[in-house]
Parts: sequence; structure tokens; C-alpha cells
Amino acid sequence: MDLELLLPLLLGLAWLVPLGSFAAIVFFGPRMGRAGRGAGYLAIGAIGASAVLSIVALIAWLLAHPLGGDHGSHHAVHAVAGDWYPLAVFGDLKITIGYYIDGLTVAMFAMVSVVALCIHVYSLGYMHEELHEVTDPLVTLSDGQPLKRRGRFHRFFQYLSLFSFSMLGLVIAGNVAMVFVFWELVGICSYLLIGFYIERKSASNAANKAFIVNRVGDFGMIVGMMALWSGLGTFSFDEIFARVRPAANGHALVVPDGMVRAAASERIAAIYRTTPTGPGGAFPGLQNAAEARIAALLPGWRAEGLGYGLLLVAGLGIFCGCVGKSAQFPLHVWLPDAMEGPTPVSALIHAATMVAAGVYLVGRFYPVFTPEALLVIAIVGCVTLLIAATIALTATDIKRVLAYSTVSQLGYMMLALGVGGWVAGLFHLFTHAFFKALLFLGSGSVIHATGTNEMPRMGGLLKKMPWTAGTMLVGCLAISGAGIPLVIGLSGYYSKDGILAQLYSFAGRNPSHAWLFYAAAAGAALTAFYMFRLWFMTFLGLPRDEHVHAHAHESPRVMVVPLVILAVFAVVAGWNVPGTALGLQPLLEQARPLGTAEGASHGHFLPTLAMPAEHLSHAHEIHVPVTLIAFTVGLAGFLLASAMYWWRLLDADLIGRTFWPLYEFLRNKWWFDELYQFLFVRPVLRCAALAAAIDRAVIDGAAHALAAAVRLFSRFDDWIDRLFVDGAVNATANVTYEVGLRLREVQTGQLRQYVLWVAAGTVGLFVLAMFLWTYTLAG
Amino acid sequence: MNPLAEPVHLTHYLVVGAVLFVCGVTCMAAKRNAIGVLMGIELVLNGANLNFVAFGSPYLQSTSPASIGLDGQLMALFVIVLAAAEAAMALAIALCFYNAHATIDVDQADELKR
Repeated sequence: MDLELLLPLLLGLAWLVPLGSFAAIVFFGPRMGRAGRGAGYLAIGAIGASAVLSIVALIAWLLAHPLGGDHGSHHAVHAVAGDWYPLAVFGDLKITIGYYIDGLTVAMFAMVSVVALCIHVYSLGYMHEELHEVTDPLVTLSDGQPLKRRGRFHRFFQYLSLFSFSMLGLVIAGNVAMVFVFWELVGICSYLLIGFYIERKSASNAANKAFIVNRVGDFGMIVGMMALWSGLGTFSFDEIFARVRPAANGHALVVPDGMVRAAASERIAAIYRTTPTGPGGAFPGLQNAAEARIAALLPGWRAEGLGYGLLLVAGLGIFCGCVGKSAQFPLHVWLPDAMEGPTPVSALIHAATMVAAGVYLVGRFYPVFTPEALLVIAIVGCVTLLIAATIALTATDIKRVLAYSTVSQLGYMMLALGVGGWVAGLFHLFTHAFFKALLFLGSGSVIHATGTNEMPRMGGLLKKMPWTAGTMLVGCLAISGAGIPLVIGLSGYYSKDGILAQLYSFAGRNPSHAWLFYAAAAGAALTAFYMFRLWFMTFLGLPRDEHVHAHAHESPRVMVVPLVILAVFAVVAGWNVPGTALGLQPLLEQARPLGTAEGASHGHFLPTLAMPAEHLSHAHEIHVPVTLIAFTVGLAGFLLASAMYWWRLLDADLIGRTFWPLYEFLRNKWWFDELYQFLFVRPVLRCAALAAAIDRAVIDGAAHALAAAVRLFSRFDDWIDRLFVDGAVNATANVTYEVGLRLREVQTGQLRQYVLWVAAGTVGLFVLAMFLWTYTLAG
Repeated sequence: MNPLAEPVHLTHYLVVGAVLFVCGVTCMAAKRNAIGVLMGIELVLNGANLNFVAFGSPYLQSTSPASIGLDGQLMALFVIVLAAAEAAMALAIALCFYNAHATIDVDQADELKR
């Protein structure tokens, strides 16, 4: 079968199956099996079908486009793009449900559906409490009793299905408008899932925070979409790419005509003024002449830089949306709070898929970013990675450590993308999805067993939970980039080395931005430190809380099996199939957008800035030192963590007390929450209070006054009604009644009287007739 | 003109009919006995009948009629039949009234006025 038909069919089905499961659970969820248990199996079946279809699509793709060979050269990008269904046409604006399928899409489908499948299966075990009535000890009712509520097992899987559908829709989307729709759907799903324990104040606050912070980013995204639309007149990916990087120009970045014209609108108007075209363009010949002059002048205007700003705004706007969704500085504050949701949610949304959507979108929109925009992306990513990594050092909540770790790793991806490492960034996205999902599920297993999130209350769980401990150790090694340098390593070893190599290459070309490399290398050390700190505190040492330790137990098999599967992926995701070029990295290399292989340079505002081509970073003189540096810093972080939390050579508390200002600074998360509270939340609340007061005093007052006036008027009207209208009606009735009473007197019941009246009446009529009728007849 | 001296003509019949009618009406108005009232009704009806017959008779018409002209006689027969039916009804009413009130004084039959 033709790939052009097969892929949209397979991936479209893979995309829609979870929607069907969602709809079925919405309507029949509580009646599926005992306490809705069937809903879980249905959702797992749906995402399993998606995974199978995605993998079939991946195989079909690889059969049609074998990897290797045209490595790094100007190969044609294989993409299948089209529309399934046109939703609406407004003038030139077409809104469609379309698809854009290339190697990245196919790989994302496989990764998202497989990770989601693991998490669905895991949730079956993790959420089993929701099958019965739940007593939530964290919520106290007004009578002092803990909240009791019905289990929401089916609802959890309903949201998971909706989320899978949204995420897959976001990946397959063929145009920006559709991306935005699914972007928001993903947002609402995260809102629903973070707020799953909605009765807990902290959970509902976290859900609100996630939703509102994402709106801030989405505002930028809408601005970017408007810039794209005004400059290009289309939302569809393949048309955008074709116009931004035309084949005629060797796929180099070009400010599209539309953007130049938008920026030069005054000059165009002047040309039309000097070349009158008659009323309403009555002389097409002259209009053509004006257009010809404009076309001749366009290259000059483009060289002047007209329209370049618009392209920059488009790129930065789209990136703004990604900042919100991928929790980048300064909008990173929502993700750690989002850990209020159940742990599988954290794994699904805040590790593997939703936050990856931002990185994915940056990768998808890569051809549109100018070098300046890329530099912004890199700096934002770098700042995020450092801030989050430092906060993770002191966090004690096991999920928060992982949350900040996620933010930090997302920063890595953004940083890599920003310095031209398209493959490196997205490769890290994939490997990170596997090992971070693994780590979250492992932490969920620990929380499930101990009933607490606080690492200081854990310790010594290695014997109790060997499978969880082992798989989490694999996750920690993977995220730290462990491996035998230059020989072999876990998945994180390859992806992190790719990022650092690209950064090294970038730093060599742009010495003024070399700090990005040092920051990322320091981040690698921090990563190793906080991950092993987590592992040592949780699983090694003596139990710090006997009660917790006594209760701990290994999780059921339904939770352990996904852990093992993900651990396998965390190990092998970076490897190629031995003896072939079949692997994630070559697949991504094949999917690289046209014209980005040679890096980016010659920005209009920063002409000296140059993002080096990515294949240069594979060179021996870059690769070897970077690998050694990465290994050294990772080992340093590991050794420090071991010294503090395993061998107890250094006392962590003492260090915290010694450097107490720094410790407090990090423990309070750089006071970001307080800063935002002071800068935004409190002013907004104050404005809201003011508005409420105005509302109450002025608007309510006016409304009440109006109501009183209406009441007064209606009372007056009531009086009129009673007095005149009712009076007239009653008077008529009374008169009729009285007349009736009088006339009744005639009815005496005396038969003879009646006869007399009849006779007298007859005679009277005759007499009358005698006087009147005769004349009439005679007349 | 002295009617008594004239040959018998339509006017004489009408005068007799009118006398009968007036007698009947007077009887209806004056009698308290229900049977008497009934008799008055019969008189009124027959007075009217006399008029019908007189107007219908071909012998009493000055001009030669086109038809045999038995319309008046036919109406008279109707009236007789109706009078018979009416008399049966009225006697039945009187009987019932008597059964209920032990009298046939029509002045007593005024209970429906309220």
C-alpha cells in the first residue's frame, strides 16, 4: 500500500482510538465492571492499540525510508502532509484537520504511545484504592472528620485517554491552528489530572496555577501565530516551511515575501499612489506595472532587513507557548506544584509527554527560528537548567526532586535546540521520556509503599523493594549519562553527550557565549548529584522512620512490569541495532528539517552569531574531550552525593548550616513563588478586590436603584390597575347584575298574568302596526 | 253598511273567528283552573282554524281561483292534530301537577320563579 495513504490511516487511527475510549468511559464508565474497573482495561486496550498501530507505522516508515546513507547531506525531507477534513474557510484562512507526518512524527507516536501504555498499566495498580470508597486524610471536613468520597477509578482513566488523544493529536497536527487546539486540550487534561484530588486545597491550587501559567505562554503563542498568519497567509506546516526556506534558495532561511510586504506596507502604498491604477484597479496593466516594481524592489527591502523582525516575533511567539508548556524559566513555577496529581499523572504529563510537547514544537518549528530567536531559546534553556538543578539539590519531596530534574532536563533540550543541535535536543527528549517516566513511576512505587513523599522519612528501602530500587538505579544512571566513556553507555550518555558536544562546538565558534557550555557541564554534575542523593536517601542507609519502613513492601506485579519495560528502554534507547544504522539518532537525523543541517548564521541583528552545523560536533576533536568532560563532571557529582549520603564522610546538615544563606535560597526555590506572589498574584488579587468593591458599590448600587424604581413604578401601576381598570370592569358587572335583578321581578310565575301580557302585547303590536304599517304600505 | 243584512261573506267568518279568539284569550287569562285554561286554548286554536278554513274556501273568493285551493283546510287539519297532541300533553301535566300539589290551580304553580 502506498505510504501516502497508509501512514495517515495508521496514525489517524492510533490518534482516534483513545478518543473512542474516552467517549465510552464518559458515558458508561461507572457501569464498566465492578466499580468501573473495566474502564481501566478499556483505556489500556485503546492506548495499546495506539501503540501497536504506531509501531506498525514506524516499521512501515523505516521500510520505505531506510536509515543511513544520506547522512548529513542535502537529502530531501520525507514528509507526508495533507488534510483530513476542512473545518472552515475565512477568506484566505483555511482551518483544517490535517496531518504532517515525518520521521519525527512517527518516532514521537511510538514513544508517546509506548510510554503512555506503560503508565496506563502501572495506573491500574497505583489507582486501585479508587475502586472503593476513599477516605482522604489530607482533607478535613468542617466537622473534623477526614473526607469520604466515592472512588474515581474510571474518571482517572477517562482523563488519561483524553490526554493520550490530545497529545497524539498535537504530534500529528498538520497546521499551527490544529496544534494550538490540541495544545489547549493537553492543557485542560493536565488541569483535570493535576486537580484529580480536587478536594485538597493544594491540588486545586496547583491545577489552577498550571492552567493560568500556561495561559501566559499561550498568549505569546497566539501572537506568534498572528505574525505567521499575517506574513505567510497559511497555517499549514509544509507551506510555512516551503515559504520560509524556499527550495530555490537552497533551503536557507529567507524572510518570506509576505512579511517583507507587511513591513514595507507604507512604501507599497507610495508606489501605488505614484502608479495610479484607476478606481478599484480599473487598469490591470498599470496595476501589474506597480506589482512589477514592487517585485523588483523586494530583494532590496529584504536585504535592508524589512520583515525580519516579524519573522523573529513569529519564532519568539511560538517559543513563548513552548516556554509555558515546557516549564521554562520564567514560567517554570507550575511544574513542581503540579506534583499534587497522582504519580502516574506526573510520569505521563510532567515527564514524558506534555512538557515534551513544548520541546517537540520548537523542533517542529525549527525552520522558522532566526539565529536571534535560537539564541533566546538557548539562553532561556540554560537559565532554566541551572535554576531547576540547583533547586533540586535541596528539595526533600521525592517527586519535587524529579519535577525540578524534569525542568532542568527540559532546559537541556531547549539549550541544545537553541545552539543548533536539533537532533541532540530531540534525542534527549526521547531518552528523557523513557528514563523520567521510569523515575516517576519508581517514585510512585515508593510513595505507594511508604505513604509519604518525604525522603527524610525513608531510607533503607533497598531490601524491601529490590525491583523498584534496581529500576530506579537504572533511571538515575541513565539521567546522569552514565557509561564507559567512548565505548558504551545508557541512553542518557548518548543524548547528553550530543548536547554537550554541540555546545562545545558552539562555544568554539562564539566565544562570547561559551558560558552556555560551562553552565551545561555544571548542570550535568548537579544532575548526577541530585539524582543519586535521591536514590541514596531513599534506598540506602538506616531506616529513618521505623513506622514507614515497617509498612513498606514491594509493589504488585502490575506496577513492577512497566518499570522493568521502561528500564529496558532507558538502557537501550540510545543504541543502534548492532551492525546497522537502525536507531533513534539516525531516524531523527533523517527527519531533520530542510536547511537546518548547516546550522544557522547571518542573523540580521546579530550577524556574528553562528550556530555550527550539527555534524561538526561528531568530529573526533570535539567528541572525545566533551565525552571525557561529561564523564568527569558526572562522576564528580556522583562521588559528592556518595560522600554525603552513602559513606557519610560529609554531613549534609552541617553543610546546609554552614552555607545557610545559600541553603535557604535554594530551599525556598530562589523565592520565585514569593516573587511572583508579590509581583503578579497579589496585585492581581488587589485589583480583583478593587473591582469587586466597585462592582458591589457602583454596579450593584445602580442595579438596586433601578430595581427600586421599577418596584415603585409597578406599585403605582398596580394602584391604577385596581382603581380604574378593575373599577370599570366591576362597575359593568354590577350594573348588569342590578338590571338582571330588577328584570327578574317580571317573572312572577302567574300563568294568567303571562297570558294577559301576551294578549296585551299582541294588541299593542296591532295598534302599532295600524299606525305605522299602513303608512308604510301606502307610502 | 249593516253586516247582518249582507249575504254571508268572508268577513262574517272572520268576525266569528275573532270572537272565538277573544273568548279563548279571556278564558286563558281569567280561569284559575288548569282545565279551564286548556279549554281557552282550544277556543283560541279553533278561532284561528276558522280563519284558515274561511280564507282557504273557494266559495268565499270573489275571483275564480286557479287551483282547488285546499291550503287553508290543510293547515286547519294540522292545527287539529297539534291541538289533540297538545291537549294530551297538557292533561298529563295537569294530572302530574295534581298528584304533586293536590290542586290544579295555576296560580299555585309559581315555584320556578325563584
